[in-house]
Amino acid sequence: MFVPEYLKDSDLSSYVLYGLMFFVGVSIGSDKNSWSVIKKVKFKILLVPLSVIIGTLAGVSIISVFVRDISLRDSLAIGSGFGYYSLSSIFISKIAGSVQGVVALLSNIMREIVTLLMTPLFLKYFGKLAPIAAGGATSMDTTLPVITKFTGTEYAIIAVFSGTVLTIIVPFLVTFILTVF
Amino acid sequence: MLTVIIIMTSGILAGYLFRNHQWISKPVGIIITWAIYLLLFLLGITVGTNEIIISNLDAIGFNALLITIGAVTGSVAVSWFTYTLFFRKNEK
Repeated sequence: MFVPEYLKDSDLSSYVLYGLMFFVGVSIGSDKNSWSVIKKVKFKILLVPLSVIIGTLAGVSIISVFVRDISLRDSLAIGSGFGYYSLSSIFISKIAGSVQGVVALLSNIMREIVTLLMTPLFLKYFGKLAPIAAGGATSMDTTLPVITKFTGTEYAIIAVFSGTVLTIIVPFLVTFILTVF
Repeated sequence: MLTVIIIMTSGILAGYLFRNHQWISKPVGIIITWAIYLLLFLLGITVGTNEIIISNLDAIGFNALLITIGAVTGSVAVSWFTYTLFFRKNEK
């Protein structure tokens, strides 16, 4: 089917994302309550990315029983992308193989999409950290707007923190899993 | 990534400067909502026109979905504990 080039252009999505980030920033900055939760939890904010790491590795380990043709090690590496599909798929493709690289790409894109679509549901049944945890590394940018919209500005900064920590960890954890095991 | 941080910080600054102007929050909310829809649409097009993704969906798409389900379920579950034990009581 014919799609105009300018729509396929990732520059357009980047500009929309930049614009969106600006306005999300405005909503955070203008809300006096934005820092209220962080001020109270302080260092416990570190528990958020930690929860994502533990939860992801545990969840992937359990489900790997049903995954055919992909080893536990590779599945764990794929899960350790935490939604960061561009970087993780490159690393995994180089070290583990191109098939695993494509699975990593698909799986982490799906993680981002699932978060974008299911945030209200996660929020309702699993609490205010659930969307941030689902988003993983993406909660600092691409899923931040959706997370902020439904969870509120009090958790937006937690989302940015957790997403940033995880984004930094991805290359290290993926490489570690693939080279040590 | 740095660009995103700079842009968001300038947004936070702008929001802070205009924090007492009530007329801002509703238009900003509407812009955010529609920009999210637009971004989702563009993401859909990016995925749909990507040969690599589309041609591999039937073969390995299922495995990818399983891993995603495992990862997200685990993350959401552990975060539920963390939220209940450490965060919920710190809300107004």
